[in-house]
Amino acid sequence: MNTKLRWGLLDAVVVVFALVPVLWVMSLSFKTAATLTDGNFIPRDWTLDNYKLIFQTDQFVRALINSIGIALISTVIAVVLGTMAAYAISRLDFPGKSLLVGVSLLIAMFPQVSLVSPLFNIERQTGLFDTWPGLILPYITFALPLAIYTLSAFFKQIPWDLEKAAKMDGATQGEAFRKVIAPLAAPGVFTTAILVFIFCWNDFLFAISLTSTEQSRTVPVALSFFTGASQFEDPTGAISAAAVVITIPIILFVLFFQKRIVAGLTSGAVKG
Amino acid sequence: MADIVLDKVTKSYPDGTTAVHGIDLEIADGEFVILVGPSGCGKSTTLNMIAGLEDITSGELRIDGERVNDKAPKDRDIAMVFQSYALYPNMTVGENMAFPLKLAKLPKAEIDKKVNDAAKVLDLTDYLDRRPANLSGGQRQRVAMGRAIVRSPKVFLMDEPLSNLDAKLRVQMRTQVSRLQKQLNTTTVYVTHDQTEAMTLGDRVVVMRGGRIQQVGDPQTLYDHPNNLFVAGFIGSPSMNFLPATVAEGKLRTALGDLPLGERMQRVLAAGDAPRELVLGIRPEHFEDAALVEDRQRSHGYEFTAPVDLVESMGSDKYVYFNVEGGAATSADLADLAADAGGADLPSSDQASLVTRLSAESRVRDGASTKVWMNLDKIHLFDPKDGRNVTLHEGRAAGVAAS
Ligand SMILES: Nc1ncnc2c1ncn2[C@@H]1O[C@H](COP(=O)(O)OP(=O)(O)OP(=O)(O)O)[C@@H](O)[C@H]1O
Ligand SMILES: [Mg+2]
Repeated sequence: MNTKLRWGLLDAVVVVFALVPVLWVMSLSFKTAATLTDGNFIPRDWTLDNYKLIFQTDQFVRALINSIGIALISTVIAVVLGTMAAYAISRLDFPGKSLLVGVSLLIAMFPQVSLVSPLFNIERQTGLFDTWPGLILPYITFALPLAIYTLSAFFKQIPWDLEKAAKMDGATQGEAFRKVIAPLAAPGVFTTAILVFIFCWNDFLFAISLTSTEQSRTVPVALSFFTGASQFEDPTGAISAAAVVITIPIILFVLFFQKRIVAGLTSGAVKG
Repeated sequence: MADIVLDKVTKSYPDGTTAVHGIDLEIADGEFVILVGPSGCGKSTTLNMIAGLEDITSGELRIDGERVNDKAPKDRDIAMVFQSYALYPNMTVGENMAFPLKLAKLPKAEIDKKVNDAAKVLDLTDYLDRRPANLSGGQRQRVAMGRAIVRSPKVFLMDEPLSNLDAKLRVQMRTQVSRLQKQLNTTTVYVTHDQTEAMTLGDRVVVMRGGRIQQVGDPQTLYDHPNNLFVAGFIGSPSMNFLPATVAEGKLRTALGDLPLGERMQRVLAAGDAPRELVLGIRPEHFEDAALVEDRQRSHGYEFTAPVDLVESMGSDKYVYFNVEGGAATSADLADLAADAGGADLPSSDQASLVTRLSAESRVRDGASTKVWMNLDKIHLFDPKDGRNVTLHEGRAAGVAAS
């Protein structure tokens, strides 16, 4: 009983610690400019003005489109490439396998800050600067190791025998992968997709260094350029509203895929 | 229906291990052949080569007279039951069994009929809509069998299909597998490392060791006339007793006493290349309480007296253990067998233990000295260096006393 209580208390502390800032931002986003700094947790003056304001500015809507587009494209490419690489790593023995794993680990560890100036110069030279591909490319680079690692862990859980069984049952290599392995790997693929999407969605470092105009600026960067309705107005309310808005796609994304992440889908395949 | 021929089939893995060394084996149409041997002897590798899941390094594999070395598994028309069952967890039992038929693009009605028929045979009708995760071990095993039989393949391959079941279920399934095979009359290759399964199931048993075939024959032949020390020790439970023996003055000197040698054996053992040191092998049931032996039989045997170590009464008969001075027999084959039985860590002593199976009427008691008779016609002598059975004469073992 006592330990249960202690754990419950600990859980509560963690939840409060994580949620208070989020709730604070939400509360700020509903406050009027006048009550913004009154320190009340629950707004006394409710308003939707902040939300109206950000959707009126072309700046935010444009950034939202950029963010969604860039994050989705990067996620799809990284997950497709990652799936193929992880399948090869977990199933095949090929020359250079450990090199591939080593290099991808190296990339994952590489401090991204140190790449910002070289990337800036390269993209200026090649004309990629301030374009979608200019952000998609570095995102894929850093998302791939993440994708490969998560996916190969998932693939390793799928019993090898299933593929052999499918072949004995008359499937070609392709059919065995499509009809037996892919459905089992799906939860892993969706989990990876969520992780990669969040990584791309949250990035600020590359987005601020490799963009200069609204043409490819993503939301996290656009937020930092927010001004109020006039130059002299405090933009805190608008920024909070925007912050709330950009968490929504992530929540939707997770909810949408959550149904497909059925844990233990492979149980019963083999006697464990 | 098909016959299978393995012609000097060899398998070497890229890392240099040769798992199978030039195996020759002919399996007749409709035959039930068992591959048996200790762990790592290449049974699964051989089976996988027949299946097409492993490439054949050299040699030729023919099914129905046709060379199939380079055919993909799906073109060989072979079904396989895996040790792990390898059921598709995302499909129901019915879908699992229908999978090979769907791949073969059979019409829906026919698929349903075949699945239902197979389910009836295997008593799975009530479980067709369940997923493998919600089945017991025995039911999963039956689904795996069902998936193999639905499409009436030319050949069944089974890799230790029963080894994940508990002992009682294993015995039940063993008879079911046997009945199913008789009923379908499909050529079957069955891998196991359990010698009881090998003895009870197959038409013919192939004993393998270290990637080589030791002996091929029907179970009784392997039991009565083992080619070598390894086969003798591997087949039979409890296993054959082995004692060191030497030839001296026309007799066989053992820890049990000096056994008479028949004329033929004397001749064989007198030959220039005959071994001086031998390993004597005799099965537990070839001993009897001397008090119960009929006079007519007595002359075929040899009697010795030894103190009883332990008596295990099984009701139908008694297992009586004796300690024999003079140490256990040693040879590479015996070391292999001990390692396989997991007995490699047992403390070695200079006393050999002798297991005998006496009739239930025997009055032996723990600790008491007892006179025991052993059948000289059933003794095997092995060369400890290569394990060869030197008592074998034209493929049959005739004991040591025969003239
Ligand atoms: N992919 C591989 N690469 C290298 N060696 C292998 C490979 N697969 C198996 N071997 C080796 O080949 C030998 C035979 O293996 P195999 O799986 O056929 O044994 P088995 O008789 O089926 O044993 P068990 O009863 O344990 O299943 C073993 O020594 C094993 O280590
Ligand atoms: Mg095996």
